[in-house]
Amino acid sequence: MMPRFGIWLLWLSLWPGTPAAVVDAREFPNEELRARYDQLIYELRCPQCLNINLAGSDGAVAKDLRREVHRMLLEGRSDREILNFMQARYGDFILYRPPLTFGTLLIWLGPFMLLLGGFLWLLHIFRRQPETRVMTEDERAQLEAILQGEDDSRP
Amino acid sequence: MSRASFFVPLGVFVLLAGLLLAGFFLEDQKVLPSALIDRQVPEFSLAELHSGRQLTRADLPAGPALINVWASWCPGCLVEHPWLMRIAAEKKIALVGVNYRDDAGAARNWLQRHGNPYSFSLHDPEGLFAIDLGVYGAPETFVLDHEGVIRYRHTGALDAGVWKETLEPLLQKYLQDHAAARRGEQI
Repeated sequence: MMPRFGIWLLWLSLWPGTPAAVVDAREFPNEELRARYDQLIYELRCPQCLNINLAGSDGAVAKDLRREVHRMLLEGRSDREILNFMQARYGDFILYRPPLTFGTLLIWLGPFMLLLGGFLWLLHIFRRQPETRVMTEDERAQLEAILQGEDDSRP
Repeated sequence: MSRASFFVPLGVFVLLAGLLLAGFFLEDQKVLPSALIDRQVPEFSLAELHSGRQLTRADLPAGPALINVWASWCPGCLVEHPWLMRIAAEKKIALVGVNYRDDAGAARNWLQRHGNPYSFSLHDPEGLFAIDLGVYGAPETFVLDHEGVIRYRHTGALDAGVWKETLEPLLQKYLQDHAAARRGEQI
């Protein structure tokens, strides 16, 4: 009985728990709007605290931004409009899914280009044939002689 | 195998090492660029902290100005306050305050106690104008050129270095531009 309980405790200790989230009491007319609110504050980054989303931040500006997201949702604005609103004020930084620009494209594709470069280089190395040459009759005879330990041709 | 290709791994190593080394000298990642640089000051309609008069963008002073986001609860604001008083005393640059997420009474008391460097302060208790400015904390300072375009944003407290090296030269330039523009109008 006891060991089994211990194992359960061990498993429980691995449970990651729910990610920290700040709970505001916000009223929504329907569940769809609440779901969109949750999604938006999940994928907007808190500008004040770096690497925490709006949902998880207790910072002053995060509170204000959550309030604005809520207000805009009730006004009937689309997700795209709300994200644009945030981006216009806080830059790409606030989006956890930043748009494709030259810089982000480089980050996405850079590793693959490096990998491809490595493969091409390897291919280049492997394809290079070692030099082969057929022995002449003289050389063959010399080799035979060496192998038999009678190296007569040597001076 | 050609001799040159012996150096390829070395070259790759040096390149990578250089790249990583450069990472040490990247700008402080906490300093986020403002999305509002080179854009007009956003429209606003806020009460003035003392008079309660409703002010809009049209009430911003003509000529270059500093917009300073402050609050009575903000320690950094107290740190930079002497600098703002000095700037105000020179009377060359208009200083506009944005009183951020603050209680009006507490804010007025704070100014009375420490001195008021601002031409006027906009009372922004809900941080609405601050959001439009892309503010993420107090203090922040925006440099406006003579046409009301945001040219620079400094986050955190002002100090001698920031003022001498960045803000003052910028403002000097916009003051000259402003003077030139005014001469142009008179002709």
